[in-house]
Amino acid sequence: MLALEQFRDSTRVWLEENCPPSMRTPMVPEEIVWGGRNADFTNPESKLWLDRMAEKGWTCPTWPAEYGGGGLSSEEAKILAEELARINARIALTSFGISMLGPVLLEYGTHEQKMEHIPKIIRGEIRWCQGYSEPGSGSDLASLGTKATLEGDEYVVNGSKVWTSYADKADWIFCLVRTDFEVPKHSGISFLLFDMKSEGVSTKPIQLISGSSPFCETFFDDVRVPAANLMGRLNEGWSIAKRLLQHERTMISGFGLASGQGDRGGTTSTTASLEGAAMHYREDKDRLTDPALRDQIAQFKIDSEAFALTSQRSSEESKQGGPNATSSMLKYYGCELNKRRYELFLKAMGSQGLGWEGDEFEAEELQVTREWLRSKANSIEGGTAEVQLNIVAKRVLGLPDMMSLAGKK
Amino acid sequence: MAMVLSEDQQLLRDSARSFCQDNAPISVMRRLRDGKSELGYDEAIWQQMIELGWPGMAIAEKYGGFEFGYTGLGLVLEETGRTLASSPLIASVLLGASLLSEAGDEEKKSQLLPQIVNGKLRLAVGVDEGPHHNPSRVACTAIKQGAEYVLTGAKSFVLDGHIAGKLIVAARTSGEPGSENGISLFLLEAGCQGLQIQRTQMVDSRNAANLVLDQVRISEDSLLGSEGAGFTALDAALDIARIGVASEMLGSVQEVFQRIVEYLKQREQFGVQIGAFQALQHRAAEMYSEIELCKSAVLGALRCLDNSSATAKDRARMASLAKAKLSEVSERVSNEGIQMHGGIGMTDEFDIGFFLKRARVAQQFLGDASFHRDRYATLHNF
Repeated sequence: MLALEQFRDSTRVWLEENCPPSMRTPMVPEEIVWGGRNADFTNPESKLWLDRMAEKGWTCPTWPAEYGGGGLSSEEAKILAEELARINARIALTSFGISMLGPVLLEYGTHEQKMEHIPKIIRGEIRWCQGYSEPGSGSDLASLGTKATLEGDEYVVNGSKVWTSYADKADWIFCLVRTDFEVPKHSGISFLLFDMKSEGVSTKPIQLISGSSPFCETFFDDVRVPAANLMGRLNEGWSIAKRLLQHERTMISGFGLASGQGDRGGTTSTTASLEGAAMHYREDKDRLTDPALRDQIAQFKIDSEAFALTSQRSSEESKQGGPNATSSMLKYYGCELNKRRYELFLKAMGSQGLGWEGDEFEAEELQVTREWLRSKANSIEGGTAEVQLNIVAKRVLGLPDMMSLAGKK
Repeated sequence: MAMVLSEDQQLLRDSARSFCQDNAPISVMRRLRDGKSELGYDEAIWQQMIELGWPGMAIAEKYGGFEFGYTGLGLVLEETGRTLASSPLIASVLLGASLLSEAGDEEKKSQLLPQIVNGKLRLAVGVDEGPHHNPSRVACTAIKQGAEYVLTGAKSFVLDGHIAGKLIVAARTSGEPGSENGISLFLLEAGCQGLQIQRTQMVDSRNAANLVLDQVRISEDSLLGSEGAGFTALDAALDIARIGVASEMLGSVQEVFQRIVEYLKQREQFGVQIGAFQALQHRAAEMYSEIELCKSAVLGALRCLDNSSATAKDRARMASLAKAKLSEVSERVSNEGIQMHGGIGMTDEFDIGFFLKRARVAQQFLGDASFHRDRYATLHNF
């Protein structure tokens, strides 16, 4: 206990000295740091903050120190998180390398692969993207057809991926490829890592209903990948793929958690909390005058608070085992919550929540509209709500699988 | 605030579970109902619960209790919810002892709390006067006359009202119904003159009563706390009881869900187990998710009761959160319990219907989902 208290004290002192002032203000979307070769830091203090945190390995607090991680115990990491929250510190680095690839690389990668990739993830030098979904393989991900053929000491990759988040900005891709077409679909998949600068890789952003283009189509035309970039064993990529999905779901389920004080984060703006917005746009004084909306907001906030406690309970229960089947439940519920949150924001804001562009709307009002549209993807990405419910039914509740009963796979 | 149980708490839960399964299974509840039990619970089982120390779980040591905390009491109640084991734990302990602790003076506490711990005294608390929970809408009056108060009015849905040795009643010494000011708490003997107690036969076969107070004259010593200022203590005790009832509901909800899942794996139609149908799988998976939230809501609320730095407002928020969530999910799961069992779920011979009946009474008791969402909103200033 004494050692932990000392850790808290020294952490507090270090953060006091090293967290720049603007990094203690609520995050704005333009200043989220994704890292990578082409990272641009609109706020120079973001760079300073990233470098200082990365130097201590605290962008990945519990990863092993030998690869540049913080090497902290879970108790220490919890203290660090509390101390960061205490000063409202921004997240120094957001990346798929941290939330998705890193954990499975540490579990399945070779020492050489870890030495090569983990430090660059921690320091935000390489930005990763995820090559999973294909035009014909959405919920039925294991039917994927992107093909990798071994020629000498290289794999030659051909095919295409879709919904590749930020593929146009990423430096490397972790990619599911089919290396055997003769076996049942789950048994012929391998997990490849390669540079997006490789010859034959091209990307094309997809414009979404929200107006932005975070997702891309990604094409591979005779892309040559060193055989050493295979992670795990040949044709055994599916178990890594599923493991990574658990990490992805845990990350996405975080969308269900309210950030900071209000329902959308921040404390001062009119759209920070649902009740604040609902009362502001109705000119209510002490009590929200629409009783149905008041009840719905209360119900949402109750569910949101119970969900946050559930996330906490789940992470405390699974300290030893990492994410588990409950990650599907959390993913399902967190995404439904986030969609509910934005539907309620629209109800709270009336026509001011429906602007597309122009000066008649405040910037934050337009942002809510776009976030509402964006939220619809939550229950599709990382496995649809229906896929999560299937997983809960079969893996957690042990209900029979109709597909196997019908002899199909 | 840790969201996992300590080793001691896990042991307590396991032993409470085996006790309820072995000694107070659902067949006991059926026997009590069929025999039209006057008590509404089994006296021998209650004596065993007393020997296990359950009534004293959350009571201070100086009053004969064990100071094991509300989390411990909640775990016990959860297990009684699984087998629908009724006992004076809710009326005497959750409501009665809590209200005595909140409002009583040292003399009354040292005299009465030990008797609750050892089971010599059963208490009942009369708050509501209409079909809906509304603790500030007290119309029953208490008028001071010399060294006495004269109580006139009526109380409904008083749990254990017809079997309690003493009753605590909320009455108005000033102000209008709906005002939190002017409510006073009085400790009455069950046999006092002018008090009529009528048991109500309710759908869950437990034991509630209506009270009529017709010029009940009691000495001014019977006042708990100070005159007109009883609401704070009352609401604090109600919050403890709301969380306790939510714990009981959590046990019932989990039991129903477990029975549903077992049935889905066992029942065959169209040549397959019905659990293979996606329409049922998704409903089951959604219920599983909601129940996970229920577990966290209840544990979070119990932890809050045991957290000495939590304020009365924190407790109120968590109580309303837990009771609202459990009332909502309990309705859904108890309905699915019938629907997913099909025709057999409609038969009296099958136990699942008992859970439906108990669920509705527990939902209404001390405030349903809409009462507590309203209260939660008010506590959040909107």
